[in-house]
Amino acid sequence: MKFAVPVFPGSNCDHDMVNALRDILQADADLVPATTTDLTSYDAVILPGGFSYGDYLRSGAIARFAPVMTAVKAFAASGKPVMGICNGFQILTEAGLLPGALQANRSAQFICETSELIVRNVETQFTSDYATEAHLQLPIAHGEGNYYCDEATLAELQANNQIVFEYVTNPNGSVANIAGIINRQGNVLGMMPHPERAVEAILGSTDGLGIFKSLLAHREEVTHA
Amino acid sequence: MYLAKVYVTYKESILDPKGEAVHDALHRLGYTNVDSVELGKYFEIKLTAGKKTVEAEVDEMCDRLLANVNMESYRYEITEMEA
Repeated sequence: MKFAVPVFPGSNCDHDMVNALRDILQADADLVPATTTDLTSYDAVILPGGFSYGDYLRSGAIARFAPVMTAVKAFAASGKPVMGICNGFQILTEAGLLPGALQANRSAQFICETSELIVRNVETQFTSDYATEAHLQLPIAHGEGNYYCDEATLAELQANNQIVFEYVTNPNGSVANIAGIINRQGNVLGMMPHPERAVEAILGSTDGLGIFKSLLAHREEVTHA
Repeated sequence: MYLAKVYVTYKESILDPKGEAVHDALHRLGYTNVDSVELGKYFEIKLTAGKKTVEAEVDEMCDRLLANVNMESYRYEITEMEA
């Protein structure tokens, strides 16, 4: 399974992601520049965390128009998995690949801590490795992670089981304790917590591994079906 | 040449923690008569008429980039500049 990790000017979790994929999960992973226009040779795309384009205007607002995003949209439309972590999640909402928006934390402060999450939907290709309602310890590090959507969108997310991760204790003011959501088709996931920072015991948690293991297992199923 | 002044602010339902922080700071400075502070963005865009009307184009810029209409609203004033 070959992963593409697009690198925008200002991305800063790209190497952590590639380290997790290559060194811990023994998967193929390439850092690809934001100018890339073709991702068809990859099996999954992960938009990493950071401060793409300095978070100018709004987080993710400029990255959304980078050439690679046209390729990411085509990739998502083809049904292949796309995941956005932190700034990657912000980019996915700005690009319209996921509903809602990430606004400033309620406290107006940057929050960097370990958060406890509940996996609300284990029937996705990103979460099948987890037990139902599993509790995870994953790091968060964001100033604008406060998920917002209007009531109609929230009702739709709930009705279609699109809320994948919830905070046990809401750190940032997110609507309905939302930490991560998936699109209706089930192949685009966005989450504020950082699974790639929780893949080795020495990092304090290995609870992030399940997401990557789920993707790898799903890929196995697809290729051997 | 035209000058478009664009104002982007949060919708009412959206928290404005930065505005609240400024509000609190003004109170600490003694301006206890300050009732609320809304902190938004202001753009000055100089442009020539393109294929569409200047107004249609500025409106489109707001929708596509300058504001995130999920949580922000915008308004603008367009004036023709002296040559």
